[in-house]
Amino acid sequence: MNPNTRIVVLTMIAAFMLAMMPLPEWAKAFRPDWVTLFLIYWTMALPASIGVTIAWSIGLMLDVSHGALLGQHALGLVLVIYIIHSQHQRLRVASLLQQAIVIFFLLLLKQGLVLWVSGIMGHAPDSWLYFMPSLTSALFWPWAYIILRDLRRKFAYKTNY
Amino acid sequence: MQTLFLQGPSVTLRTLVLVIASIGLMVLDHRGSQLEVVRNTLTYALYPLQYTIDLPIRLYYWGDETLSTHKTLLNEKRRLEDFQLLNKVRLQKLDILEKENRRLRKLLHATPKTGEKILIAEIINVDINPYRQLTVINKGSNDEVYISQPIIDAQGVIGQTIHVNANSSTAMLITDASHALPVQVDRTGLRAVAFGTGKIEHLDLRHIPHNADIRIGDTLITSGLGGRFPANYPVAVITHIERSPDEAFVSVDAEPLALLDRSREVLLVWHNQPQTELSGDDEP
Repeated sequence: MNPNTRIVVLTMIAAFMLAMMPLPEWAKAFRPDWVTLFLIYWTMALPASIGVTIAWSIGLMLDVSHGALLGQHALGLVLVIYIIHSQHQRLRVASLLQQAIVIFFLLLLKQGLVLWVSGIMGHAPDSWLYFMPSLTSALFWPWAYIILRDLRRKFAYKTNY
Repeated sequence: MQTLFLQGPSVTLRTLVLVIASIGLMVLDHRGSQLEVVRNTLTYALYPLQYTIDLPIRLYYWGDETLSTHKTLLNEKRRLEDFQLLNKVRLQKLDILEKENRRLRKLLHATPKTGEKILIAEIINVDINPYRQLTVINKGSNDEVYISQPIIDAQGVIGQTIHVNANSSTAMLITDASHALPVQVDRTGLRAVAFGTGKIEHLDLRHIPHNADIRIGDTLITSGLGGRFPANYPVAVITHIERSPDEAFVSVDAEPLALLDRSREVLLVWHNQPQTELSGDDEP
């Protein structure tokens, strides 16, 4: 396997595990959306190989792991990655803080889409805490970014960013 | 390898196609069960991850068992032996009652109740979705688990399976916001439907009229209506009743008896569907 592919696959597996790891009851609402966060990084770093199609497949996995309707998270993830993909050159030169702000709003968009579908299905959560993962994801972005960048520099052979 | 202008409008086009595909999938998934195959295939990929996450907890239990002292084990054994004796005595009585019940039912020409097959499953400790009451168990179609099969524990009803794979299944707890369970009050036989609220330890009984005989502390049992759950398993106990004259119905809250978030081992129940129960009428 190509080292780039390998590191992407490994980190995405780690993201899924972080997303399913049991947390204490109070912390569950604050769990960052690791899968989206990691995928955003890889889209920015390797836009030639990571795009909307991969985002859609990962979104379907996310649907299965969340017990959601097939396509619910996939829809949100595709739109988020589409925006990141088309703006990746601008985002790369932005500061970590600016990136985090953009990511906050993109995740709000994704969560809003997921909530909309849940609402149509009749089991929408009735708490504002529902949007908390957008905030915590944005807060965790600098760490995710730095860790993934260092991993990529260490293990991926061809760097284009 | 990386050409600058290779991916111009095609990304937008692909996004559009994928968005439409997502919407189509959602509609299909909501309407029917054709997509169960896709879901199962994807779950195969996720299962190793779920298993790995659960591993430390498994190891903890294993270590706890292995490292416990001779004395603790002896005590445990003695306690279980006493318990077993007690249960045996109770079971003797139950056996006689069951036989009597069957005889009486036959006299009444009612359908005889048939036994239920039971299998122990373990809950795999993964977080699925903080706003849904879902859980994963380690038994699947290899053990003949089927979709919407009832799950109970020693205290009461836990929920039912909603997706079944080869080695694992996803179960919806009775407290999930989209779950409804036909119940009846143990004391009076009053029938109702217990709706999940999305909060663990909270069920909602709807459409109970003002003159209904219902009290705090009443136990709810499954009524068996709907044919999905076997009858007479304990479900919940009523904790709160509010009768306000300006509402059409009484608002009744109940708390599930099963340890929904603490059980590690649960029981899968195979009970005969109504059709097979009818055919059981011919048997002597």
